[in-house]
Amino acid sequence: MSVSTGHPQKSASPQAHDDLEPVREMVQSCIQCGTCTGSCPNAFAMDLTPRQLWRFVLLGQHSAVFQSRTFMLCSACYFCTLRCPRGLPLTEAMHVLKQTASREKMDRYRPVTAFYHHFVQSVRRHGRVNELEFMTYYFAEMKNPMLPLRYSGLGLRLVAKGKLSLRWPLRRTQPLEALFRKVAELEEAK
Amino acid sequence: MKYHYYPGCSLEGTAREYDQSTRALLAALDVQLADIEDWTCCGASAAEAISGLLALALPAHNLALAERQSDSMDVLVPCSACYLNLKTVAEKMRSDAPLAARINAVLGAEQLHLKGRLRVRHLLDVLATDVGSAAICARVVRPLTGLRIAPYYGCQCLRPYADFDDPEMPTSMEPLIRAAGAEVFPWKMGGRCCGASHMSTQREVGTALVAGILEAAHGADAVVTVCPMCQMNLDAFQGPAGRAAGKDLHINVLYLPQLIGLALGLDTPSLGLQMNLSFDAALMGSATVAA
Repeated sequence: MSVSTGHPQKSASPQAHDDLEPVREMVQSCIQCGTCTGSCPNAFAMDLTPRQLWRFVLLGQHSAVFQSRTFMLCSACYFCTLRCPRGLPLTEAMHVLKQTASREKMDRYRPVTAFYHHFVQSVRRHGRVNELEFMTYYFAEMKNPMLPLRYSGLGLRLVAKGKLSLRWPLRRTQPLEALFRKVAELEEAK
Repeated sequence: MKYHYYPGCSLEGTAREYDQSTRALLAALDVQLADIEDWTCCGASAAEAISGLLALALPAHNLALAERQSDSMDVLVPCSACYLNLKTVAEKMRSDAPLAARINAVLGAEQLHLKGRLRVRHLLDVLATDVGSAAICARVVRPLTGLRIAPYYGCQCLRPYADFDDPEMPTSMEPLIRAAGAEVFPWKMGGRCCGASHMSTQREVGTALVAGILEAAHGADAVVTVCPMCQMNLDAFQGPAGRAAGKDLHINVLYLPQLIGLALGLDTPSLGLQMNLSFDAALMGSATVAA
């Protein structure tokens, strides 16, 4: 299969190299059989197939990996992980790429990573997710006046069914500030 | 039978009817639930996209709370995403000692410690394995005769941990559907992906996946699910999916305990049927679903 995004450049900076290292370790023994691609329900929408993505990871082609929307299209169905003949943790490897895109605040992925960021921040503040609150922060960050319209239809139907609370902040909360701080501390020390 | 109960965020919000019908059905089957006090979010599919350690610490926090209450009961989880997050931690605590120590270093900040002894069970596993179809059959007062039900398992109760069913060709719902007096609609989409959070973040991709599943369900009276995200995707986006596919894809999408609850004679309000977005009693064919 040809790569539609053209010839990717080799990664230059050492930082970029480090970004791929943990993923490279996870897919080191990939034999490029393509079972992951054949099993992926989202492959139709990807610019690189999963097999191609793992190849670029192994080649250290940072820019090819982080110009692709492939890993952000992983919906964690675990078919590839289940079927990989080498038993590689491919879904988990997709997660690590998402974490890198999120940590580095890569612009290309911000519409998706910002959604997850504000979801998790809501959990940090309240212990449980508050949909209305985190979506408000998400819309504020995205600064796209059309974006809320994509959600408002469903939102109103959910309110009508009594399934979305309009109270703010809702219910009792138990902040997880200490837990989140400890996670950040350990991850920085790594 | 008694279990720790972890409802998760969806079940107190957008999937309230799943919580309500699960509690109603299990009470009718003499299964007791002990809610995990002060439970918190499991991280959903968001934490794993932000931080690997956070994605383990959030479910670990809940298992530690459960363990503090009692370490002699399994943890029952109706939401497949919560189930997988909690189960992943339970598995890693057993198999990866350095990681287990790291998780406990995080939990220490909340004055908690996780031994990792609890078994995490999906609601479907408990119904199929512990309760069993025979016990359900014995309590059926209103058999759902003539209804053709498409069992939809989704992904995360099946994979990557094939704990109670075949991860590619699942069948665990079939005896339960037959016990309720209904027929199993034959299809191959039971273990396929609904797109999960793509409906929020990359909607056109999610819509295509949902359209494929709903098209395959044509001819069934209802799809039955065991996951709030699958249910929401299949239930709430039938309009856009139908427009994408160029056909009418409206169908009832029920939670498994709602279906079984109907056969046990539980009433529509206690099963929360009025909260399903696409619920249409007329679509349920010949079966009686009146309150």
